[in-house]
Amino acid sequence: MGRLSVDLCGITLDNPVIPASGTFGFGYEFAEIYDINVLGTFSFKGTTKELRFGNPTPRIAECTSGMINAVGLQNPGIDKVISEELPKLKKCFDKPVMANIGGFSVEEYKENVAKISEEEQVGWIELNISCPNVHSGGVNFGTDAKSAAEVVRAVKPVAKKPLIVKLTPNVTDIVSIAKACEAEGADGISLINTLLGMRIDLKTKKPVIKNVMGGFSGPAIFPVALRMVYQVANAVKIPVVGMGGVSKAQDVIEMMLAGAAAVEVGTANLVNPRACLNIINDLPLVMDEYKIEKLSDITGGAFNG
Amino acid sequence: MKQTSFKVLSNEKIAQNVYKMVLTGDTSAITSPGQFVNLLVDSCFLRRPISVCDVNDSELTLVYKVVGAGTKLMSKASAGDEFDTLTGLGNGYDLTKSGKTPLLLGGGVGVPPLYMLAKKLINEGKKVSVVLGFNTKSEVFYEDEFRALGSDVTVATADGSYGVKGFVTDALPDDYSYFYTCGPEPMLRAVFRTTSTSGQFSFEERMGCGFGACMGCSCKTVTGYKRICKEGPVLEKEEILWED
Repeated sequence: MGRLSVDLCGITLDNPVIPASGTFGFGYEFAEIYDINVLGTFSFKGTTKELRFGNPTPRIAECTSGMINAVGLQNPGIDKVISEELPKLKKCFDKPVMANIGGFSVEEYKENVAKISEEEQVGWIELNISCPNVHSGGVNFGTDAKSAAEVVRAVKPVAKKPLIVKLTPNVTDIVSIAKACEAEGADGISLINTLLGMRIDLKTKKPVIKNVMGGFSGPAIFPVALRMVYQVANAVKIPVVGMGGVSKAQDVIEMMLAGAAAVEVGTANLVNPRACLNIINDLPLVMDEYKIEKLSDITGGAFNG
Repeated sequence: MKQTSFKVLSNEKIAQNVYKMVLTGDTSAITSPGQFVNLLVDSCFLRRPISVCDVNDSELTLVYKVVGAGTKLMSKASAGDEFDTLTGLGNGYDLTKSGKTPLLLGGGVGVPPLYMLAKKLINEGKKVSVVLGFNTKSEVFYEDEFRALGSDVTVATADGSYGVKGFVTDALPDDYSYFYTCGPEPMLRAVFRTTSTSGQFSFEERMGCGFGACMGCSCKTVTGYKRICKEGPVLEKEEILWED
């Protein structure tokens, strides 16, 4: 166990750095730039039952210190992920991977979770009940404690891997939703997904994003994410994976002090494909600077009392 | 794909709102015309994807139009400035399909990638015809450069202030073996309708990452979903599905 290692639901990670779903594909693009085995793990592209194209383009808009995406869960469908993507991934990544699973009905979530559970390389399941870019599904389950509980209750019995539920920040009370997931047996909570936002093009005077709204991410959302991680980590006993605007080693430490057991890095990967590698390399130096001996000791260090 | 730093050697205005930037750095990942690079511009959050106009062992030439905040900042760069750059992005033009007399059709800021393409085709002994379209005379660039390569050049301007009056599709030669095109979408649609042979089109889309990770720039094609930044930006005529 090194200085950077952490435990996530019973599996040891070499370090807490996890590229977030939707910003890392299935890993190969990044494997061209660095050996992705240096990562703690990564969360692969949100996968649904059927092949999905997602939303019409443009589906990207730039913002100050961030961006909006309205991709809408484009993915090849779970069967192709299992038959094509995972065997390909195995060639460049030999650690357990986090499987991000989406769905449009309780039945679909259950079926997808049961299927992906059978895959040897899957270490954790990250249940995405929080995508802001799909209508009539996905996010609706995450915006209400009752429906979030309903999905977790349905999938938990078929999840043969630790079940981490990914929550949306676009709610009034994220703590009650996290607690509802915990009560139904979730093994962990990850947060936050993107914040609903929009931009208008001054030249055309119309929304930049064809779908009008999309999910805002990037360094600009870090303080909001940190606050929510702090609130949720204070309220639940299961591990919390913190994410939202993390782009440097200092942010990882701050997230962990707020209560995160591990930290996902999203949008930073899109701007700098080496972002996670840099963070992992910088962590020991920043830990020295702030006199942190072992990273796993600091989780929740900012709590009162 | 490679991520390296490129240093500006020169950056000059060559037409209305159009600049030519020459940079030095590791160009080894750039393998075919039609590929692009993605530049990190200080104070912009996302990178700026710019098509490769020309490249040699150590120098990269970019010709870009100032269209927004990022390209405006690029236009202010001077010799010695550095850009963190992703190179070797995208799937470029396939030269093997050109036949003996290929036609290159460029519109506005779609002209630059055709320069490297023309150079390579001419090096292979092909007889290259080029039609360059612009809005107006003050926007015309690279006419002489294409001519210096040994290609047959026709310029069209929409307002008739220079060359043939009209669009590139108003200046098509009668006979060509294949075509390659890059330009604004209305022009690409017109080229699709007007051309008599097969060909390749280079597309633009708003990108998040530029290297295939975010799925921001996907499009539907006859052969499935493609990412403009990864399987594109060049698509073959037969696989294009135009969306309304």
